Amino acid sequence: MNTPTQASTAGDPPAGRRPILSARNLVRRFGRVVALNGADFDLEPGEILAVIGDNGAGKSSLIKCLSGADLADEGEVFLDGEPVRFRSTLEARAAGVETVYQNLAVCPAMDISDNLFLGREMRKPGLAGRVFRKLDYAAMRAMSRARMSELGLMTIQTITQPVETLSGGQRQGVAVARAAAFGSRVVILDEPTAALGVKESRRVLDTILELRQRGLPVILISHNMPHVFEVADRIHIQRLGRRVAVVTPQTHTPNEAVAIMTGAAPV
Amino acid sequence: MAAATAAADAHADFGMPERLVDRVRAQLHARAVLGPLSVLVLSIVVFAVVSDHFFAFNNFSLILQQSMVVATIGIGQTLVVLTSGVDLAVGSTMTISMMAMAKLSAGGTNGVLALLIGFVVGLVCGALIGFFVTRFRLQPFIVTLAALYVYKALELWYSRSANVRGTDISPVLKWTGNTIHLGTTQIPYGAIIMLAAFAAMAYALRQTAWGRHVYATGDDRESARLAGIRTNRVLLSVYLLCGLFCALAGWILIGRNQGGDPQAVTKDYNLDSIVAVVIGGTSLFGGRGRILGTLIGALTIGVFRSGLPLAGVSDIWKDFAIGVLILAAVLIDQWVRKVAR
Repeated sequence: MNTPTQASTAGDPPAGRRPILSARNLVRRFGRVVALNGADFDLEPGEILAVIGDNGAGKSSLIKCLSGADLADEGEVFLDGEPVRFRSTLEARAAGVETVYQNLAVCPAMDISDNLFLGREMRKPGLAGRVFRKLDYAAMRAMSRARMSELGLMTIQTITQPVETLSGGQRQGVAVARAAAFGSRVVILDEPTAALGVKESRRVLDTILELRQRGLPVILISHNMPHVFEVADRIHIQRLGRRVAVVTPQTHTPNEAVAIMTGAAPV
Repeated sequence: MAAATAAADAHADFGMPERLVDRVRAQLHARAVLGPLSVLVLSIVVFAVVSDHFFAFNNFSLILQQSMVVATIGIGQTLVVLTSGVDLAVGSTMTISMMAMAKLSAGGTNGVLALLIGFVVGLVCGALIGFFVTRFRLQPFIVTLAALYVYKALELWYSRSANVRGTDISPVLKWTGNTIHLGTTQIPYGAIIMLAAFAAMAYALRQTAWGRHVYATGDDRESARLAGIRTNRVLLSVYLLCGLFCALAGWILIGRNQGGDPQAVTKDYNLDSIVAVVIGGTSLFGGRGRILGTLIGALTIGVFRSGLPLAGVSDIWKDFAIGVLILAAVLIDQWVRKVAR
C-alpha cells in the first residue's frame, strides 16, 4: 500500500535478496511539522546506498530513526528482517548499526587508538585486568593499527598521534574506521565529505569503497552529486517526507536525480 | 596504493617540525609534565643560588609539609578540571569534613568511626555538587560557587566557629601529623598518604577505562556520549572523588595543625588548588593534563612561598610571583594547544 511509485524498476531490490536494514511507513511529526510522512527505506547487503533529498525532505529525520537517535511516531524498522526499536544510538550500535556523525564525534586531544576504542576499551587478561582494571594498550594499538592500515588510512607510526594533529580527512578516516572496526553490520555516514577538500574527499570515498569491498553495507547521506554518483550502487531519493524513488547511476543522470529530488520532474 | 599515498601524506603532515620553537611546542604538547617540571627545577636552582638556607633537606621537608594539604585537594581539583569544570567548594568541603571528624572525636566518638564519618561528609558534599551539575546541567562554576557559601555557613554553624583542641581528639585523627625519620629529615605520614593518593590516581587516570572516560568527557562531552560513555556517571564519579580527596586533605590538616581549625575555610585552599592544577599544566578547557603536574604545581607554590622570604624578598611579592606563574602557565597552555590548528 505504501510502496513508492517507482520511477524505474532498476532501483528495486533484486528478487530473493532480503534487505539488511529496512523501514516501512515511518511517520515523524514535530508539532505541526511533518518530517516523515510514511517513508520507506531499504538497504541491501553489501551495497552503498546514497540518500539524497532537498533541505527539509526528511533525510536527517529518516537517518535519526534508523540510527536510534530518534524514534518514529509510527512505522517499523527491520534489521535483517527482524523488527527493531532502537531507543538510543547505543542500542542501535549494540545491534550493529554504526553511525559516523557529521561532527565526527571524536575526542581531539586523545590519540587515534584511544578514539577507536573509546567506550569499549580492552583490559589486560588475568589479574591485572580483572582486579586492577588495567587497560591493554599494546593490544588496542596493534588492533587499531591493523584496522587503519586495512582501510589504507594510516601508517603504523602514527597510531598514538592525537586526533587533533590530523587533517580533516584523516579525522574522518578515524571516525569511519571506528564505525567499521567492531563487527558492525551497517555503517551510516552523514555528509562525510561536506567539510573536506578535494584530495581529502577522495580518500574518504576510497574508504567507503573499501568498506563495500569488505562486504559492509553503507548508507551515505550526501549533497554532493558527483560523489553520490561515483560510489553509490543505488540512490534513495527523499522528498516531502517520503521516498519518492530509488534510482541507480546507470539509469539516471545526476540532473535527472536532482529533478526528481526537487519535484521538477514527475516521478 | 591508497596506503602508499596515505603514508606519503602522513609523513608530510606530521614530519618532525624544522624550527626549534615548533619542536619545543611539539614536545610540550606530547609530554604535558615537561613544562611544569622544568619550572619547578628552575625555581629550585634559582632559589638555591640566591639563598644559602634554601637548599637543605629540612627546608624541603618543610615545603612538603606546607604543600601536602593543597596537593591533596589538588588531586580532586584536577579530576574536576579535566572534565572542563572547576570546583570552588573544595576548601569548604575539606573544612566541613575535617570539623565533623574533629568534633565527633572530641565528643567521644571512636576515632576510626569519626574519620569514616568525615569521609562520608566529604562524599555527600561532592555528590550534591555532582547531582546539580549532571541533573540540571548547570555550570560547575556556579554550582560550586553556591556550594562554597552553603558548606561554609554549615561548617561555621556546626563548629560554632570554635577550635577543637588536639588534646581532645583521637590519635587516629592526628596520626597524619606523625613523622618518620629519613636521616635528619622528618616526613609526616600525611605527605606519604598524599603521594600514595597521587600514585593511585595517576594509575586510575592512565591505566583504566574510567580514566580514559574522564579525559574524553572533558575533551568533548558530546563526542564522548555518542561513543557510548555515560558522561553523567563519569562526572558524578569525579565530584564524588573530589569530595573524598577534600576529606582526606582535612584529615591531613588535622595532623598538621594537631587540632581542628574551623577558620581553615577562610584560607586560600580553593584558589591554591586551582593554581596548582593550572601551573601543573592541566588545561582549564578540560581533556588534557597530567595529575602529576598538579603535584609539581603544588610543590612549585611551596617553593616560591618558602624561597622568596629566604631570598630576602618581602612577603607581598609572593602573591605577585604566583600571579605571574599562573599567567605564564595559561599562556603556555594556549600556545601549546595551537599545535592542533
